[in-house]
Amino acid sequence: MSNVLVFAEHQHKTFSKTALVALGAGKAIAAKSGGECYAAVLGSGIDDLAAEAAKYGVAKVFAVEHAALENYTAEAHSQALAALAEDKGCDTVVATASSIGKDMLPRVAIRLGAGMASDITGVNDDGTITRPTYAGNAMATISIETPRKVISVRATAFEPATEDGSAEVEKVEAKIDESVIKTKFVAFNETKSDRPNLAEASVVVAGGRGLKNGENFETVLEPLVDALGAAMGASRAAVDAGFVPNDLQIGQTGKVVAPELYIAVGISGAIQHLAGMKDSKVIVAINKDEEAPIFQVSDYGLVADLFKAVPELKEAVENLK
Amino acid sequence: MKILVAIKRVPDPNATIKVRPDGAGIVTDNLKYVVNPFCEIAIEEALRIKEKQGGAEVVLVTIGDQVCQEQLRTGLAMGADRAILVLAEGEVEPVAVARALEKLVAQESPDMVLMGKQAIDDDSNVVGQMLAEILGWGQATFASEVKLADGNGSAVVTREVDGGLEDVEVQMPAIITADLRLNEPRYASLPGIMKARKKELKEIPLADLGIDQTVQIKTHSIAPPAEREAGKRVETVEELVNLLHTEAKAI
Repeated sequence: MSNVLVFAEHQHKTFSKTALVALGAGKAIAAKSGGECYAAVLGSGIDDLAAEAAKYGVAKVFAVEHAALENYTAEAHSQALAALAEDKGCDTVVATASSIGKDMLPRVAIRLGAGMASDITGVNDDGTITRPTYAGNAMATISIETPRKVISVRATAFEPATEDGSAEVEKVEAKIDESVIKTKFVAFNETKSDRPNLAEASVVVAGGRGLKNGENFETVLEPLVDALGAAMGASRAAVDAGFVPNDLQIGQTGKVVAPELYIAVGISGAIQHLAGMKDSKVIVAINKDEEAPIFQVSDYGLVADLFKAVPELKEAVENLK
Repeated sequence: MKILVAIKRVPDPNATIKVRPDGAGIVTDNLKYVVNPFCEIAIEEALRIKEKQGGAEVVLVTIGDQVCQEQLRTGLAMGADRAILVLAEGEVEPVAVARALEKLVAQESPDMVLMGKQAIDDDSNVVGQMLAEILGWGQATFASEVKLADGNGSAVVTREVDGGLEDVEVQMPAIITADLRLNEPRYASLPGIMKARKKELKEIPLADLGIDQTVQIKTHSIAPPAEREAGKRVETVEELVNLLHTEAKAI
């Protein structure tokens, strides 16, 4: 039996899907090991958040309050979380592989002397863990051999927890040695966009070198992106050609996405790119080259001139609504 | 200023990765290896700091077998000053890499350790953070901009985080891990390649570092991901929209 402590991440005092996925995964992991699942909410002025976390079917919520936890730093958060896991006898610590989870958990693992498995996509009945390697081109079956375990979970691979009962909230004094905090939060600049975040969007429309230039991304692709309420992405080739900025890159060295619907426009489907999108639920490819490798992973392929097909598709989508 | 850059040899990101039928690894025949793309960005950043600061030294380190010399030579050809190869056979797991790097930090006393945010083979994204914790240093992961303060007692680092960019101020010495937008790495010049042959490349057996190598993560096997089957070809946009609406229920 092993109790699980889930880091319930909040951003600016609201829970995102990220936290609910961690809770869902934590509950699943606890169920497999026959232990309890607890949630940890870290921050300052977090009573409401802790009460909110208590609705998601965990055995208990620990509200860890400390001024040093007001803004996230890896040093403060990892100390507080590791100390809590130790005090409450939780051998397994779980968080989503978000930017905070990825930043903090390896430090928690060192503090606890725990082995760490990153970005896992499944927990098997025999206690082994599945995680993608080589950008999803291989699925590894691994086990954590240490008594204590630290696990980050891939957000798209687990079901978010749903509201289910109400748990007790226990206030806990954070154990933080402030002298080891070597970083200071300065500012957060939110990406201001009317479009959804690429990593969380349920529809992604991505363009490749077939669009020929940056202007065509604006005049041809963007109307379709907005008609679908989608996020826009691009292939590495389009980024390298200077059509669009690097933060739109989908692929092994860019962002890995898995939306409900992925529309690849003028993208040939280099391995680099496929690694970043092939777990999407429905894939559509529009390309004039019928031999393009993107068609081999597409559910629906349209061999066509994108400059004709994309405006037509935009019209049709609008008519549907 | 001394900058230690930790790099990794990985398969070319543009190569097709195939899993061996016995599940013991990937097919490595004819596979081309390169410097991990994020590590290449880390090398470039170190070189830019050196060029700006003057008098800085850039030291590369990697852990692996003799063939890893190739990647160290690539980094030396880009402009790094010298390199250290920690000789090890087979996979060295991330926590052991972090512990080995701790020993090298003790030997070299760098002001900063730069490395890629993750290696594109194992995709763990943990070594920089683990090393920071072991050393008791601050960390700035997923960096897209590094601005060193005058006197270099600290740096303001812009980090690529969910939903935007975060600026943190980190005291030196620190660990900084490179994300994609930090810079565009240069290509090695021909004179650079010539010079690199003469630069120091020191070898240290991993065993000499005396680190704990107890296995923490055991890989039992690897398997290819579930295959996606090529679906339907549609003839018109109208047909596509109909299928997406009625069959896939995606719009």
